[in-house]
Amino acid sequence: MSQTARGPRHTALDALHRSLGATMTDFAGWDMPLRYGSERDEHNAVRTKAGLFDLSHMGEITVTGAEAADLLNHALVGNIGSVSVGRARYTMICQADGGILDDLIVYRLAETEYMVVANASNAQTVLDALTERAAGFDAEVRDDRDAYALIAVQGPESPGILTSVTDADLDGLKYYAGLPGTVAGVPALIARTGYTGEDGFELFVAPEHAEKLWQALTEAGAPAGLVPCGLSCRDTLRLEAGMPLYGNELTTSLTPFDAGLGRVVKFDKTWHVKDAGDFVGRAALAAAAERAESAPPRKLVGLVAEGRRVPRSGMSVVVAGEVVGTVTSGAPSPTLGKPIAMAYVDAAHAEPGTAGVAVDIRGTHEPYEVVALPFYKRQK
Amino acid sequence: MSNPQQLRYSKEHEWLSATEDGVATVGITEHAANALGDVVFVQLPAVGDTVTAGETCGELESTKSVSDLYSPVSGEVVEANQDVVDDPSLVNSAPFEGGWLFKVRVAEEPGDLLSADEYTEFSGS
Repeated sequence: MSQTARGPRHTALDALHRSLGATMTDFAGWDMPLRYGSERDEHNAVRTKAGLFDLSHMGEITVTGAEAADLLNHALVGNIGSVSVGRARYTMICQADGGILDDLIVYRLAETEYMVVANASNAQTVLDALTERAAGFDAEVRDDRDAYALIAVQGPESPGILTSVTDADLDGLKYYAGLPGTVAGVPALIARTGYTGEDGFELFVAPEHAEKLWQALTEAGAPAGLVPCGLSCRDTLRLEAGMPLYGNELTTSLTPFDAGLGRVVKFDKTWHVKDAGDFVGRAALAAAAERAESAPPRKLVGLVAEGRRVPRSGMSVVVAGEVVGTVTSGAPSPTLGKPIAMAYVDAAHAEPGTAGVAVDIRGTHEPYEVVALPFYKRQK
Repeated sequence: MSNPQQLRYSKEHEWLSATEDGVATVGITEHAANALGDVVFVQLPAVGDTVTAGETCGELESTKSVSDLYSPVSGEVVEANQDVVDDPSLVNSAPFEGGWLFKVRVAEEPGDLLSADEYTEFSGS
């Protein structure tokens, strides 16, 4: 798991991926599986059966101490003080000007112990910001990126597959909850979270146990149709589910309100020991909330193609020849069978059903329909 | 994978069949198809179009990217594979067979096409 001066970092499962014939790609400084075979087949396996992912590039940061909750309340935009032991929260970390530094999942592992999971590309930024913001709090911020491998099992068959290799009470484990347990004889933090729009689990384990866990899940999942899945289908799965990707839908020049995710910002927080009162970005975010309410400049919308050409990040959204927005993510949707995209579009053209919207795909204005997000919602 | 011996290859990863009555078939190699991933959209030159060796004549879109299609030969397009337009996954499943792209009446062939063995060495697969 070490970083060499020249090459990208390798996860604990690197040799396994290569033996499976994976096409690898550089992602945020990590050499990660892009796909093993057809990314469309991998996508469909997660929608209908199950998929197995190596997500060890994600950045884990542990925060402990009597004022750990207060520090996180101060450093992040969510009300972390209200998260119960064993539960998780989707949240964001913002700059003082309200710009998004990263989107995160925070797990409360124990009374005074939290694990913050950051995107690989932002892990160092988040670590630095948390460390800096910890000044004055009785709390310790620890870089645990090398302490964990992360394996995800996602898809409707994932509860059955995981049940066959653990005694942990998965029925009692709700969405956005996490509990320590043993999986395939390996100690793991079992979390019911994911980035696919399906039911599923994320398993944080010591890197030296990653191969054993991967093999056990592969074996247990084979009868149910589980296949190894790369980052390519992870991207189309999250896009169909309308989930934002940092660097695409989320950037430092946008606030959570600009991204349509103002609900993650909590101005009233539950303080434990020390009431810091304020959190980083509060004033700017209060102004952003008002702006989003009264005069939103652009809105994040879904676009569905009428044709077959695929919109890509950075392409312009046009109405009657005028640029009215920008595509942030686009891909052929295996579930819908046509190209889809997320885009920031001027509020005047952002209502679902707005006519005359097109994407400029290499000079051709391809017609697109504006739809509400997400594109896909699983049946529960 | 193996690159069929009877075909010749361009460094842009297209293949060209032997000419029959002056007409040759063009496709992309399995190496190229694997590098692209699942092909979801194919834009081919139209029948009657003139294509020029080494110049773009269409595009192939996959999940992650779009790539230009280069013609390995100069001439006039006499047929485009409608099957592959309707089902672009043929490019992945049968790049040397049902996934062929277009047929061209050859006007001029470049001198630098590779043999199967040369292409295998060039592409590393």
